[in-house]
Amino acid sequence: MARMPVQFRLNGTDRAVFVEPVETLLGTIRRGLGDFAPKFGCGQGTCGACTVLVDGEPRLGCLTLSVTCEGRSIETASGLADGPTLHPLQAAFMEHFAAQCGFCTPGMLMAAKALLDRNPDPTRVEVVEAIAGNICRCTGYEPIINAILAAAQQRGARRA
Amino acid sequence: MPVNLRIVQGLQEAAEILAGDRAAQMLGGGTLLVRAINEGAMTEGTLLRTVDPVLLAINAGGARVELGAGVTMAMVLASRDLSYLHAPARGIGGPAVRTTATIGGNLFAATPYGDFTTALLALDAVVTLHAGFGGARAMPLEEMLANRARGGVGLVASVGFNRPAGADAFRFLKVARVRPKGISVLSIAVHLPQNAGRISGVRIAYGAMGPTPLRAKAVERVLEGRSLDAATIAAAKTAALEGTQPATDAIASEWYRREVLPVHLGRLLAGETS
Ligand SMILES: Cc1cc2nc3c(=O)[nH]c(=O)nc-3n(C[C@H](O)[C@H](O)[C@H](O)COP(=O)(O)OP(=O)(O)OC[C@H]3O[C@@H](n4cnc5c(N)ncnc54)[C@H](O)[C@@H]3O)c2cc1C
Ligand code: FES
Ligand code: FES
Repeated sequence: MARMPVQFRLNGTDRAVFVEPVETLLGTIRRGLGDFAPKFGCGQGTCGACTVLVDGEPRLGCLTLSVTCEGRSIETASGLADGPTLHPLQAAFMEHFAAQCGFCTPGMLMAAKALLDRNPDPTRVEVVEAIAGNICRCTGYEPIINAILAAAQQRGARRA
Repeated sequence: MPVNLRIVQGLQEAAEILAGDRAAQMLGGGTLLVRAINEGAMTEGTLLRTVDPVLLAINAGGARVELGAGVTMAMVLASRDLSYLHAPARGIGGPAVRTTATIGGNLFAATPYGDFTTALLALDAVVTLHAGFGGARAMPLEEMLANRARGGVGLVASVGFNRPAGADAFRFLKVARVRPKGISVLSIAVHLPQNAGRISGVRIAYGAMGPTPLRAKAVERVLEGRSLDAATIAAAKTAALEGTQPATDAIASEWYRREVLPVHLGRLLAGETS
């Protein structure tokens, strides 16, 4: 079957690729474009390890067809750090021991970024809601929730 | 032959392809279809994608509401005019599912999915269908759901319904074991307009209590014309299971669903849950 051309921005850089008609965005980002931050966990929409942002909204890379992303702006955890300077969320995850094996972390970070970009001062309940689609098998969630709240606080302090 | 994707311009063209090719299916957000491909449950056929703006339209400011089939749960949650539908929209998956899952896809989601459809059923929704070469026609959602198992329903362009009578007139409850995100044990939607203290034009719908979301007509008959007091609620609970056909699945047994339905219906009618 004929491959289809798709163009989108990936972490601020214009990319053009040919994809299979029903290729997932996760497959295109990982295999086609070599960005291995988003992970394949389940392929069923249940683990959230593949979470990326499409035009700022959290989306599951494993359930999103690449052809539907024509002209969109895609963000993955690879684009979070500014050179050697970690994004406040990454720094807070380190500080609060919010990653152990790290498999869920790129998805958690992007789910959290989607929240903080929209709502810079979330409540604990809102943080829990925001990562409700992301499974972590290591941390027990508390350190992740604390890290996201701390990142929000730190960003707030910087704005003040 | 692997699964193919066709991009078509308009709804009518898509409807004509659907009518002529039983292996063709509309692509909504793809949360069910792409999952089926990933799982190997769908290995051939054609997905039809159309970006017709009609599918994304939200007309929710007036007494008559019309929502395009491609409207996502996140779009519903972003609309203040649709606040009465926020509970069912928020009940569907996590945030990254809700940005993708469409109303149209929910109408076809197999039980125990279909929470949003349950809410639409209690609002007496009508779907606008494009089936084959005949143009658009309206069909009550209840009838569409009854036809669904046979296939060949066609393309759903939009759903329409009257805005609920008042802030407290529409209630929705999703019962799940995992919070905040879990698949339904069951869901209940109630539209309870009242006129001079009497219930008038009531609609009750259940999700996950049958092969598709269904109306609780026996409960509606009990409630109609009465005032919403303890005796009425007790009578509604007695009639709650009539017409239901729940299944046993990984989420709950048929027995459990039957046991808890009347309890939750009673609480929802009494305003004891939000
Ligand atoms: C992790 C996860 C959790 C979920 N939780 C819930 C939940 O709690 N409750 C719930 O109800 N659902 C849930 N779902 C299921 C699903 O996401 C929703 O039911 C969703 O609304 C389906 O919409 P879609 O656009 O993704 O459908 P798609 O996968 O695009 O399509 C599903 C079916 O609908 C048909 N279809 C889509 N649009 C049209 C149209 N316009 N006309 C005709 N046919 C059409 C397709 O051909 C296909 O047969 C969940 C899914 C996942 C992955
Ligand atoms: S890999 Fe996408 S949700 Fe698990
Ligand atoms: S840190 Fe291991 S799964 Fe989350």
